[in-house]
Amino acid sequence: MNQPLPRWADLLLLPAINLAVALLAAGVMVALVGQSPLDVLVVLVRGAFGTERGLSYTLYYATTFVFTGLAVAVAFHGGLFNIGGEGQAIVGGLGTGMAALWWSASLPAWAMLPLMLLAGALFGMLWAAVPAVLQAYRGSHVVITTIMFNFLASSLLVYLLVNHLKVPGKMAVESAAFGASAKLPAMHALLAGMGLQWPASPLNASVFLALFAALGVYLLLWHTRVGYALRATGASPGAAAYAGIRPRRQVVLAMGVSGALAGMVAMNELAGVSGRLILEYAGGAGFTGIAVALMGRNHPGGIVAASVLFGALFQGGAELSFDVPGFTRDMVVMLQGFIVLFSGAMAYVLAPAVQRALAAIERASAAQGVARG
Amino acid sequence: MDEALLGALLASTLRVSTPLILCALAGLLSERAGVIDIGLEGKMLLSAFAAGAAGVYFDSTVIALALALCVTVALSWLHGLACVSYHGDQVVSGVAVNIIASGMTAVLAIAWFAQGGQTPPVGAGVRLHPVFPGVAGWFTDMPAAAGALGEGLLGHNALVYLALALVPAVWWLMYRTRFGLRLRAVGENPQMVDAAGVSVTRLRYAALTLNGLLCGLAGSYLVLAQNAAFVPNMSAGRGFMALAAMIFGKWHPVGACWACLLFGFLDALAIRLQGASLPGIGEVPVQAVQALPYLLTVILLAGFFGRSVAPQALGKPYLKER
Repeated sequence: MNQPLPRWADLLLLPAINLAVALLAAGVMVALVGQSPLDVLVVLVRGAFGTERGLSYTLYYATTFVFTGLAVAVAFHGGLFNIGGEGQAIVGGLGTGMAALWWSASLPAWAMLPLMLLAGALFGMLWAAVPAVLQAYRGSHVVITTIMFNFLASSLLVYLLVNHLKVPGKMAVESAAFGASAKLPAMHALLAGMGLQWPASPLNASVFLALFAALGVYLLLWHTRVGYALRATGASPGAAAYAGIRPRRQVVLAMGVSGALAGMVAMNELAGVSGRLILEYAGGAGFTGIAVALMGRNHPGGIVAASVLFGALFQGGAELSFDVPGFTRDMVVMLQGFIVLFSGAMAYVLAPAVQRALAAIERASAAQGVARG
Repeated sequence: MDEALLGALLASTLRVSTPLILCALAGLLSERAGVIDIGLEGKMLLSAFAAGAAGVYFDSTVIALALALCVTVALSWLHGLACVSYHGDQVVSGVAVNIIASGMTAVLAIAWFAQGGQTPPVGAGVRLHPVFPGVAGWFTDMPAAAGALGEGLLGHNALVYLALALVPAVWWLMYRTRFGLRLRAVGENPQMVDAAGVSVTRLRYAALTLNGLLCGLAGSYLVLAQNAAFVPNMSAGRGFMALAAMIFGKWHPVGACWACLLFGFLDALAIRLQGASLPGIGEVPVQAVQALPYLLTVILLAGFFGRSVAPQALGKPYLKER
């Protein structure tokens, strides 16, 4: 009776319908606060893609979401739910930031930038590895521990910034600026070097790093032995153990890779944009990563696409808050919540209906064929 | 330690603990029935907004409370729809509730009140006032007891005492009634409950309804007793702290209550320790004290002291066999 959906419908049609439902729910809210959903959509799309500047901002936001989305997805494939992307991004930022603060005065850019990337990934990895080890060897659930670790991370960041890294005598809670060698080149500077005009924006070279990370995750998960073991454990720990894979190690591995990816957020936000260690650079990206991974069906290709969608929502939302009075970017946060609800928790609620509709269409076309024949 | 300080510390411990206790009991009821509730934070936030908005609009405590409770029960049912009726992932659904609440409260607050996401303060008549307003006068001849008893224990509003009274009430419900037995059974072994002819779905919805009511009280407390107006993101992680307290209390109402009081005490202490220097340790960073509840919970969960074991069927959707 309950046949699975055809592959194309499961991969494309159902997610599209779920996204449409989420947009509809947000549209109802927009209408409820007295705006026209259609006008809002037009401003949003134009703000996100209409200008070169808008497009750059969209891609800048998307870069961060690729990292956190991939982080959530790798953990998912290992059968784990990593809610700690936020904390791992924060601690990764501490690694990146401290490496830059200590060595950017003396090291050249070609050594400094890889070092910052490594430090960020390593710090994020270690921050994720602790909950992983606790789950694998002590039986505490990774969902709860990563939530706790988010709070611990933000306390740690505040403590370090306020008490140790803040510039004495200044009011702003931020570190000293990094040296010039610790700045990733901005996209407009890169393009200017190639003789192209491009408006200034926070978009920077880390967007390539994000694409590279997506490719890396794809190769790791589907084209290496390590990735196979990881996915096997996620799909069925018992079967994987029977096949000689040690599930406990896979838990630590999945979370470690996940944390390292989340830690790379700092390359975009700190090395690419702020050029110093600040509060709030993660800005909820760890949670957006959950929505991105769910939308992108935990596949790197899907995640890149979903990141661009969310980047567009954030950029378009910012544009909206300028254009439409009484409108804030919180509307986008709400939409993000609806997407997590409809594409994540309720992803298969509509599957039977889609199934019935497809069957009806099939029957109708078959009947037509019979009638004609 | 002098009496006045003791009284003030006790008073602020109870004040901070109240929403935690209400929320932890809410989480407890849902999780003992086998439904993970990460959405405590979001439910608290949305009910705080509902209480604030309704308090301003209708100028009535009863309507504010009623609407706040309706909103959280609706959110709980949404959670139930996603993961009890449709077997969706309970953690994902909880995360969705949190994100929706944080966006929706800001959107509605700005659209309706245009004050940067806040609501105007609710009227003094709407706010909850101390149950014994004359308490300071009772202890004039016993100055030693005035601080601890007068200010610390008896100077609070009704919700504080309600929260404390709900702890034994929830315990009684869970351990001394047939409903409670079934509720705990459905969190441990739903197949058995189903085989006994009791609806798993109905029990879990009942637990979620109670969960919504308690979350609603917790959120209303923030606006009606603590802060007078709704402020964006005013729940500020309390839902997660309640979740931690529930685990710290080993999924037991009395244990959860003690954990909430401990966390509340740490919070009260953190404010007082700001800039102070302890003998032998030196200056304690406030962040360290604030982070302590989370750290303690992680250590407890890891089994380094005591053992906190979740209900057996927690997080597993129940699929009835056909």
